[in-house]
Amino acid sequence: MSTPLFSIRMPWSFPYGTFFIEADPLSIFFLILILLLSVLCAVYSKEYMAPFKHKKSLGAFWIFFVLLVLSMLFVVLARNAILFLIAWEVMALSSFFLVTFEQEDDAVSQAGWTYLVATHLGTAFLFVFFILLGNASGSLDFDSFNSLSLSSPLSTLLFLCALIGFGTKAGLIPFHIWLPEAHPAAPSPVSALMSAVMIKTGIYGLLRALMMLGPPPLAWGYVLIGMGTISGIGGILFALAQHDFKKLLAYSSVENIGIITLGMGLGILGLHAHNPMLTILGFLGALLHILNHGLFKGLLFLGAGSILHYTGTRDINQLGGLLKKMPVTGYTFLVGSVAISGLPPLNGFISEFFIYFGAFKGVSSHVSIAIPSMITILSLSLIGGLAVACFTKIFGTLFLGEPRSKITDAACDPSWFMKAPMVLLTFLCFFIGVCPILFIRPLMAVLASLLLPFGFELFTLEEALSNVTPLLIHIMAFFFIFLFFFLILWMLKKRLLSHQKIETSLTWDCGYAFPSPKMQYTSSSFAQPLTTLFSFLLGRRSLPSLTSYFPHQSSFHSFTTDFFKEKFYHPLFTKIEKPLFYLRRFQYGRIQLYIFYILATLLVLLMWQTGIVI
Amino acid sequence: MNLLSLFHILFTLLSAPLLLGILSRTKSFFSGRKGPPLFQPYYDIWKLLHKGSVYSKTTTWIFKLSPILGFTSTFTLLFLIPFGGSPACLFFQGDILLIAYLLGLLRFFYVMSALDTGSSFEGMGASREVQVSALTEVALILGFVALVKYFGTFSLSEILASSSFELWKNSTPLLALIVASFFIVFLTENARLPIDDPNTHLELTMIHEVMVLDHSGIDLAMIFYTSALKFWILGSWLIHLLLPFHTEYFWVNQLGFILGMGGLAICVGIIESIMARLKLLHIPSLLVTAGTLSALAFLLLLRT
Repeated sequence: MSTPLFSIRMPWSFPYGTFFIEADPLSIFFLILILLLSVLCAVYSKEYMAPFKHKKSLGAFWIFFVLLVLSMLFVVLARNAILFLIAWEVMALSSFFLVTFEQEDDAVSQAGWTYLVATHLGTAFLFVFFILLGNASGSLDFDSFNSLSLSSPLSTLLFLCALIGFGTKAGLIPFHIWLPEAHPAAPSPVSALMSAVMIKTGIYGLLRALMMLGPPPLAWGYVLIGMGTISGIGGILFALAQHDFKKLLAYSSVENIGIITLGMGLGILGLHAHNPMLTILGFLGALLHILNHGLFKGLLFLGAGSILHYTGTRDINQLGGLLKKMPVTGYTFLVGSVAISGLPPLNGFISEFFIYFGAFKGVSSHVSIAIPSMITILSLSLIGGLAVACFTKIFGTLFLGEPRSKITDAACDPSWFMKAPMVLLTFLCFFIGVCPILFIRPLMAVLASLLLPFGFELFTLEEALSNVTPLLIHIMAFFFIFLFFFLILWMLKKRLLSHQKIETSLTWDCGYAFPSPKMQYTSSSFAQPLTTLFSFLLGRRSLPSLTSYFPHQSSFHSFTTDFFKEKFYHPLFTKIEKPLFYLRRFQYGRIQLYIFYILATLLVLLMWQTGIVI
Repeated sequence: MNLLSLFHILFTLLSAPLLLGILSRTKSFFSGRKGPPLFQPYYDIWKLLHKGSVYSKTTTWIFKLSPILGFTSTFTLLFLIPFGGSPACLFFQGDILLIAYLLGLLRFFYVMSALDTGSSFEGMGASREVQVSALTEVALILGFVALVKYFGTFSLSEILASSSFELWKNSTPLLALIVASFFIVFLTENARLPIDDPNTHLELTMIHEVMVLDHSGIDLAMIFYTSALKFWILGSWLIHLLLPFHTEYFWVNQLGFILGMGGLAICVGIIESIMARLKLLHIPSLLVTAGTLSALAFLLLLRT
């Protein structure tokens, strides 16, 4: 094991608990992401939350904001299950209160409840996970879990618990349904923080769990690739069908978590293919994508927040032409959109490149590795194409064309409190994209702490580093050629145009002289060819049909519901609700009765402890 | 990086528009017309370069940016594309992905500039373009997967340099599947019949051409040139796979490749003359077929 940077271990009066925190490179990697985004979101909130000042107390907002950040820090530092679960729970609750900040809105409080239920169902699996591990090792400190040699059924059970528990927080399909509800409901800086950072603690948990459980079997790799494929493709398809821009971004987080999971799955395949490059590229891609997604999704949510701040609507179809009114928001949003579509020369390309590259290494191996690698490539390429569709749609309808309603009249660029975080994130997206080489060595240190428990040697990592570096140098060289010619062409065009007449006129609409904004493509019509193609998942939209010569009034909606929520969770929870109804008699809402329950429980426990009952 | 590859880039830059000239001459031959001169594409580009521009009031900076960005992407792509069996200026493991994603960048900004005009026609073109390209990208990358698995290298230059007539003898079905898939990708990406109709400017049936309705002057010249280069780039993979000349005479290889490219243009011209455009709703099926062909090639490889 690599030596941690710092480690504090103190006794704690909590049963089975020790106050044990430690910072290894993996924790530090997440710490950097958490602290960076938290600071930026806090700066942004100063202005964003200002209009709420007269309606409600902002004190509560800031308390829960700070609690959320603090609890996230403890989640990645904690090395004792009790401490971890407490931090996890504080994180869930503080984010719940932040999500329901505007609780007077029915939709918001509904979203809050969905989130609360989902996160606690997930946490229940984590309790099982830690209790089983603690049972096997006799202690709840993480370091005692590392030396366990677990039987294969038990470790698979543990893996599944971790996958469901952490996967719920991360937003893997089918445990994602809280995410597209809660993220749009929360105030935008909170959505940014949750989407960019908080859901990544789920991935952190999954990585930590893999380290605890020892070398993972091949089947786990298959499970992760399967989940990654479903989340990636499903996430981006649902995103494509949305016309609430924050909901679209939330679904796209599901997609990116899918990409990260694909990387992790490939990494596990590599362990079995005896192909260290595959392992390293898979995990390296996953780690870099965690960072990258944090940056561009934070950026996009903050940009979305600026629009919401001035226009007060989340409906893409009511907006348009915002680029002229809010240039800084617009161009930073553009960079975020290009980056999240995985296009060069931005950071999203680099992390997807690593995962792709790993998968291309994988296809040359044995069939058991080649087929899942092929599936990874297939889903990454489909995700890539659909992401382009999704983000051209959101940027095109929000910022380009003519305004579709009067709402946009009030739009303008916010002050520097809101602009500065966006500009900084844009810069980072560029920087990682153009100079990825600077980030590889630190990431290798993180990889080392992650992979050493799986029997990796340091020199394999060094070797991999020496393999990856020339690639990146080539890519960087190419980007500089690109930039060079871009600038030359730009100047050439300017020069050629300087002698010519430049006119402005109406958009050429094939001879039609009075185009109106209503005639523009909307987000729904833009996405229609693709949503029709994937209607088996997104649901077919029934178009009103005109039957007689004097047709009646007809209506049409293009709202896309979540397949998993409608087809799985809704029926399931309706079924569960009925038997649980009888439990209501125990919950009358009288506090005296509850105190009695506590007393009775304590009494029974006391009797059990002293042996009176048994 | 060597001098020869720079010369190749220069040659491609100069001769790519000629392919479009050959293509339209072939079409006019089939329809019994005299047709435009072979060098018409050059005259068009030259003419457009000397014109002023008209910009719509609706458009923003993105509209002016995208033709340059598109041209830069295709132009710099030439640095990654081998020529007649000799390697490209810049090649490395994984350059395939960079190529595929640069084409993605080009598409992203074309779609953006179409949406920037706020025109319903261009919106329609953009909407169709993203659907078609999402499926084309899958077919393209799956084709690459089969090639990478077959040749054991992850660089386009190395892959295309190692294809040979002997390989065709040994694994005809495999290479035929990949070439068939790439041919559909080639036709789609270049907006050719039967997927798209590059000639009907105002029909509601087309995809690519409708997206550039508002561009004029230098911008249009760049878009025009970009499509000529794209035709060359995507066509050159096909020719490398189909006619892998690796004789000991350098000039024979080069000449074979160049003639092959001319032949490809004639071939596309013939296809455009004898085929009708597919119904729009059937295009996804064709593209999924292309992806399936590539996947089939991959499965054939797994057998061994």
